[in-house]
Amino acid sequence: MDKFRVIEVKQSIFENNDKQAEELRKELKEQGVYLLNLMSSPGSGKTTTLSRTIEALRDEMKIGVMEADIDSDVDARTIEQLGAKAIQLHTGGMCHLDADMTRQGIENFGVDGLDLVILENVGNLVCPAEFDTGASKNAMVLSVPEGHDKPLKYPLMFSVCDVVLVNKMDVLPYFDFDMEKCKEYVHMRNPKATVIPICAKTGEGMEQWFDWLRREVAQWNA
Amino acid sequence: MHELGIVFHIIDSLTEVGKENSLSKISSVTLEIGEVSAVLSDYLTECWKWAVDRTELLKGAELIVEKIPAVTYCEDCERTYSTVEYGRTCPYCGGGNTYLIQGNETNIKEIEACET
Repeated sequence: MDKFRVIEVKQSIFENNDKQAEELRKELKEQGVYLLNLMSSPGSGKTTTLSRTIEALRDEMKIGVMEADIDSDVDARTIEQLGAKAIQLHTGGMCHLDADMTRQGIENFGVDGLDLVILENVGNLVCPAEFDTGASKNAMVLSVPEGHDKPLKYPLMFSVCDVVLVNKMDVLPYFDFDMEKCKEYVHMRNPKATVIPICAKTGEGMEQWFDWLRREVAQWNA
Repeated sequence: MHELGIVFHIIDSLTEVGKENSLSKISSVTLEIGEVSAVLSDYLTECWKWAVDRTELLKGAELIVEKIPAVTYCEDCERTYSTVEYGRTCPYCGGGNTYLIQGNETNIKEIEACET
């Protein structure tokens, strides 16, 4: 008869993922590829922000974009039209990317010769925050209509982000959005986070964002 | 859906544990899940049943979830209180210099298994 015994495991559920993410980050560092994990809610203007970013930086660095979506290839086609290398990753119903899925994406994509790879994560403020993708840094787009209290509602997302872009500044007069409160709430979750108000449509604040990215990519390859 | 991803990660981790300990069968898995860990144990159990039946090692394995209450510590008055009830503001002194001391856990505690 089979004999069962109790074995102590004492391991975080995320331990495997964290290990895989650390390995991927190290490999990308050696290859000189800066991977930015871009997160947001659906409809915050992530793809538009990305498009303007590619247009501004494509002559200075080689950019690739990995679009993660549950289905469809709408976003990847938009990006390819701008001349950046793009791939669509389907998560097959999953609400986030983990380190292993990111690695598979990167291997299929081929990042040789690229300076900056932007991973557009699934539009969702909960799950992507839990799984380290192996990215060099995490960024998120928060748009004015979503409200300045989002950092209170999604604390984990804001605590893992290095930079928060507050998009759609052009509609600020029509919403009860308090920028100072927003910054205060973000810094409650993460004192080191950089907050940049932008408008991808009008170009407001975009130079500051491009400079942030330029500095990051240069430091990664230093 | 988030829970299904977590279940896959647990299965991967236990497959490793199974190899290291030459296990042929795992009959139960005990997790420690914090009250504010953003993992819903009911969903987890549903995903669990579906996913483990697709593996050899864990087929039919029981999932036991031990919940860990969330407790916050106040640096100003050095007392602890229930996080879910009072959030980040200390109910004793009204201070905001508080941090979570437990309740964030997502751990695999132990398994019951059979060796080959």
